[in-house]
Amino acid sequence: MKIDDLLPQLFPNGHDIAFDGDYFAGPAGDVAVIGTRDRAAIGAALSHRMAGEVLRICRDHPGRPILLLVDTLGQKMSRRDETICLNAYIAHLAKCLDHARGRGHRIIGLVYGEAVSAGFLSSSMLADACYALPEAEVKVMNLPAMSRVTKIPLERLEELSQSSAVFAPGVENYIAMGAVRGIWEGDLAACLERALAEDPGPDTRRTLGEQRGGRTLARRVSADVRGDAA
Amino acid sequence: MTSWLEATARERIAGLLDPGSFTEFVPPEARITSPHLAQLNQPAAFDDGVAVGRGTLEGAPMLIAAQEGAFMGGAVGEVHGAKITGLLERALDERAPVLLLLESGGVRLHEANAGLIAVSEIMRAILALRGAGVPVIVLNGGRVGVFGGMGIATCLCDRLIMSEDARLGLSGPEVIETTMGVEEFDAADRALVWRVTGGKNRAIFGEAVLVPDDIAAFRAAIRLDPVPLDVEAEHALLGARLDRFGAAEDALDIWADLGIETPARLPLLDTDDFLSAIEGKLA
Repeated sequence: MKIDDLLPQLFPNGHDIAFDGDYFAGPAGDVAVIGTRDRAAIGAALSHRMAGEVLRICRDHPGRPILLLVDTLGQKMSRRDETICLNAYIAHLAKCLDHARGRGHRIIGLVYGEAVSAGFLSSSMLADACYALPEAEVKVMNLPAMSRVTKIPLERLEELSQSSAVFAPGVENYIAMGAVRGIWEGDLAACLERALAEDPGPDTRRTLGEQRGGRTLARRVSADVRGDAA
Repeated sequence: MTSWLEATARERIAGLLDPGSFTEFVPPEARITSPHLAQLNQPAAFDDGVAVGRGTLEGAPMLIAAQEGAFMGGAVGEVHGAKITGLLERALDERAPVLLLLESGGVRLHEANAGLIAVSEIMRAILALRGAGVPVIVLNGGRVGVFGGMGIATCLCDRLIMSEDARLGLSGPEVIETTMGVEEFDAADRALVWRVTGGKNRAIFGEAVLVPDDIAAFRAAIRLDPVPLDVEAEHALLGARLDRFGAAEDALDIWADLGIETPARLPLLDTDDFLSAIEGKLA
């Protein structure tokens, strides 16, 4: 969905979100919105800007919930960004979001467009709860590229993707694996209100993935390591 | 000298910890392998490419994980990632310091979704440790380097100890070249690759403590006092870095801008001479 169509549905009472290129931010009622559009590549400057907005919200509006609306094709592929350590910038955004969480800000992610690899890792995946629109696209890599890199025939990957959620693109796979909590459909303002009312608790994604049958080992293996009496 | 680069994950653990002190959790005998690799007729490993456990360092108890770069480039799959997450959560329970001996190309494509989510869980677990003041130290000296989501996770930790042979980045040079073209990044230019991602450039930016390729040197560089996380200060520092160096064409220009004399010689210096050359000139 286009951001221009999404915002009026999420905030029927209006908002003060300002756009600047592929970045936007601003308040909508008592929710603070931070986002990207047009399949933005997450580079050092963009992640630094998003982190700055998180810190500003913490300073100026203690406790205000943060809604991340991220449409990204992934991390920026750039020699210059890598030279100044792009991963440190993305890690900084993660630290700022966690800082906000620690100060009592609810953090909700909504994938309304694309969410790819490190672009997803650095945003909605760090939320207390991540949701998606039905038409959202979530992935690490498309199957033809995956076939080229892994040297596994495309037909085999396509065939397996019918029964396995573990590697193929698709929001339904990320729901099955517990990373996306649910789909928002119909009254999106009501979906947001419900999500804000829910108590996030700790990281529940492994438990959800196990219950939904998409990720059957992660919870058990991590618990085994945590409790191993050796 | 015992080379970190040449050592396996288990040799690195043995060389780092007090002799005989390592006990592995969910060891290879438990036969917990990746079902997803088997499904794609790929060879599996009984440890899924990572050893986790506990031991002591000069008598102090700690938890430790070591990725095996020789198995699928240390890539993170469901089991591999869950072992690291479980170890980090145990560290929070026990308030025990964690040593992460990382060597990873990032997410394992054969189980890409599970790997990506696992990296995110590792990130959340590291952040919980930072918040609790339990130190997490990354040691990066392997051939693969540390890339992708594990490169992000690395920058969440208290400290990074790195050799000049090691690399740290987000997208690998080959991926950037394939996606953006050779003009953006010539991955065959090894000197360029190391100027961008290598231990020396990361040390100049204060992201890493540089040590020679020697397990004893890694061991000697470990500091276990937690580093307080000041996000406002970090924000200012990264903002200044972006303003000053974000448009730099080459790391050589940055090093020259910092006042380092004849920067072109830096890649040739051994660790001690390099550290003298950059003293007081950090970005």
